[in-house]
Amino acid sequence: MVTVLTASGEWAAPEAEASNEALWLSGRDAERATGWVAKPEGLCRGEICVPLPAGREQELVRGTRVNVAALWRHLGQPLVRSESGHAWVLGQSARDRAAALESLQAPEFTLPDAAGRPHSLSDHRGKKVLLVTWASW
Amino acid sequence: MWQALYEELAGRNFVVIAVAMDSREGDPLPWIEAAHPTYPALIDREHRLAELYGVVNVPQAVWIDEQGRIVRPAEPAGAYEGFRQMNRATGEMPEETARTTAQAKATYMSAIRDWVLRGAASPHAFAADQARAHLPVLTEDAVLAQAMFRLAQLLRRRGEQAEADRWLAEARRRHPASWCIWRQSAGVNGMGLAAQPDFWERVDALGENRYYAKVDMEGMP
Repeated sequence: MVTVLTASGEWAAPEAEASNEALWLSGRDAERATGWVAKPEGLCRGEICVPLPAGREQELVRGTRVNVAALWRHLGQPLVRSESGHAWVLGQSARDRAAALESLQAPEFTLPDAAGRPHSLSDHRGKKVLLVTWASW
Repeated sequence: MWQALYEELAGRNFVVIAVAMDSREGDPLPWIEAAHPTYPALIDREHRLAELYGVVNVPQAVWIDEQGRIVRPAEPAGAYEGFRQMNRATGEMPEETARTTAQAKATYMSAIRDWVLRGAASPHAFAADQARAHLPVLTEDAVLAQAMFRLAQLLRRRGEQAEADRWLAEARRRHPASWCIWRQSAGVNGMGLAAQPDFWERVDALGENRYYAKVDMEGMP
């Protein structure tokens, strides 16, 4: 079983095929975990489409399956994987994160409380929020 | 620490969201239980706020207004590094240092109060260009380190500790400014604190540099 950690959370990808360089996800898993979908015009996420590089189409897309590792490299986004290939983290570049912060829109997050109930920042829109970190260590 | 402030200001359209940057979910529970918080007390085992907001230490705070805009980016939440002058054998703090530490905290709390009551008219609420100028600097090495940290925590939960430790070591190397990464992956003393000799060595190596960045606010040491 392959686990993929992305901006949207932790995803189990039972149909994934992982090797050193490649992480092939079913179209459905790729979309759930990353938001990217293979379309005739290329790989698309929402309104944005990236054409497949000429001659390398097979490296990124086969049918509806997407090699998200190759896609991440193509997009210049950070990527790490466990030695076994069973766990992958698809990160977001410093450039993109900095651009998001420059907008001053507070990045959305959802985290659990002690009872495991999820809370999102956006639940509190309309109030001033003091977001404060601490730790037991 | 935040419960009293929250109770005082809860009627003013204000909420505290306290987030424990703790990868072992059980660790913060006794603290949360003891604090009886009526505001959301959340647990961030993967340190996602470090990725999203550039948090590198605790306690750090971000002020967010009613429209979801950042008014003050991540900064030490009234914390002052008086602990560096503590007598490490007895835990005693020189009187003046203790005073400065208490004053830093009180100053920061008053500033929060002023912002909650006066909003953008408060001198402590940054205008947009000021807020941008105070954003933390993110490097590609730092975001890669956060990805490695996340991977390490997943591996640790699965019992693959040896590989997790290798990723943590690499994450520390790539993002040395993050005390969150360093202390979360450090050994702890009898009180559960990552304050063993290697921690103090690292703190001493800071020299004139700060452990808690200086807060840009009048009256903060």
